[in-house]
Amino acid sequence: MSTSHKVYEDFPSDGWLSRFVDWIADWGKLVLDNLEAVGDFAIFVHRAMVWLFTRLPKSETLLPNFYAVGVASLPVVALTGTFIGMVLAVQGYFQFRQLGLETRLGGVINLTLVRELGPVLAATMLAGRVGSSMAAELGTMRVTEQIDALAAMGANPIHYLVVPRFLSCLLLIPVLTIMADYMGMMGGYFYSVQVLGVDSHHYWYNSAQFVTNFDLFVGLLKSLFFGAAISMISCYQGFHCSAGAEGVGRAATASFVYSFVAILALDLFLGIALDAVYYTLYPEGGRVL
Amino acid sequence: MMIETILSQEKPLVEVRDLYVAFHGQTVLRDINLTIPAGQTLVLLGESGCGKTVLMKTLIGLIRPTRGQVFFDDLDIHALSEQELSKLRLRFGFVFQNAALFDSMTIAQNMAFPMRQHGQFTPAQIRELVEARLIEVGLPASVLKKKPAELSGGMRKRVGLARALIMNPELILYDEPTTGLDPIMTDVINQLIIRTRRRGPVTSVIVTHAMETARKVPDRVVMLYPISRLDPHESQIVFDGRPEDLDQSRDRRVRQFVNGEAGQRLMELIGETEG
Repeated sequence: MSTSHKVYEDFPSDGWLSRFVDWIADWGKLVLDNLEAVGDFAIFVHRAMVWLFTRLPKSETLLPNFYAVGVASLPVVALTGTFIGMVLAVQGYFQFRQLGLETRLGGVINLTLVRELGPVLAATMLAGRVGSSMAAELGTMRVTEQIDALAAMGANPIHYLVVPRFLSCLLLIPVLTIMADYMGMMGGYFYSVQVLGVDSHHYWYNSAQFVTNFDLFVGLLKSLFFGAAISMISCYQGFHCSAGAEGVGRAATASFVYSFVAILALDLFLGIALDAVYYTLYPEGGRVL
Repeated sequence: MMIETILSQEKPLVEVRDLYVAFHGQTVLRDINLTIPAGQTLVLLGESGCGKTVLMKTLIGLIRPTRGQVFFDDLDIHALSEQELSKLRLRFGFVFQNAALFDSMTIAQNMAFPMRQHGQFTPAQIRELVEARLIEVGLPASVLKKKPAELSGGMRKRVGLARALIMNPELILYDEPTTGLDPIMTDVINQLIIRTRRRGPVTSVIVTHAMETARKVPDRVVMLYPISRLDPHESQIVFDGRPEDLDQSRDRRVRQFVNGEAGQRLMELIGETEG
């Protein structure tokens, strides 16, 4: 920052050169600030990993987080999963019927759910319901000096607060994903077969043809990355919360926004990487729906 | 005189060498050198924003200095690993300005927290000690099942004090222990600090801007001054001596603080805002 001030002083205060230097300085500051934030986040994650493998957290810190992430999130994940399955049926049916392929609807709906929508939906719900709440809770603890109090009493805040939240998100997001997949399948089946009248036998036969164990594995593997990213981003935002009610609110919002962006970015890159793995393992494995 | 002789023979428990702390390029502490002998009660005095809380948090590693060293019992605390520092902190007690009780826990769980961290106590020992410490700070056992939000500010401060004392720490740090309390409760807290010191060998550092605490409680007073109003060559410590010498100080800044006079400060603040 001081460097850019120095640069300002060396140039006249008006004219295109001065404005150009201002522009360069602003971009430089933006890049440096973002690099610093990325570095800070990387150090935070590293410290959490060191504590994770140094000492496991106590059950009294793990169980409340397991409950918040797993049990309390199940109803909302189940409900949204059901609706997404039905929406896929509504949107897909008329397109497929025009081609006379409505019995293939089961394959499309279930493959989409297992590979993409189930994991992304469960992760989005987790980021909105649990991630924001984590950021707000830890942010309040930061503002009211409770995190300092933990450290002052010999409890490392990363070990005490971050590791249990990380483990609960990591271990329970696959369960939420399975719930989202299952309820989505049930929703899609109900609307396709019971409401739109698609033949039940062919609906499930096509599903079994197109959805493989590898698809299920891809969905669950992606969910692990989503869970890890959500917990780390939310805890980081809470730990670095600025003072006051506004700071806590901003941390909660930022945790959801960054988590959502991370979920979509990870989804893209993991999708590309896992497809490459699939076609390496099964060179003849291209599907035709 | 006798206290002074004893203290001068004690080896320093805390030693601060050439300490600099800056946040986002803004220096808060500059060239601080301070030695606190074991058993001493020290008040860090100064107006709001002069860096006294930052100095105290740096003493136990809650804030990392930009430059300089802090030694506790000959250990450079900022050179320790996180695990070593967590272990060392069991020898400290910290009373936070707003008590910093964990609001998800009951008072009993809050007070038992340091003992559970230590991991060497049975539930019966924990219960016994928690109740004993609560009585010492004048609170009934009925508060144990309550949450911090259900207590008054004075009660929360006393719970915070009881929690800080529960492990018999060698060094107790009090961050503005009487701020926001009525005069009677202020004196109660002052009495509790004095009683804690008399009960056993403990070193205390008290951050405050309350003159009644500065006159009544400590063996020694150190006054800090905000860097923004100092010349580059001036020391940030503007007073270091006995509490009774505060009134005799010839330093204009010390006199102004001790007497609680605004002087030219209001005009300075308006000037800074306009500038």
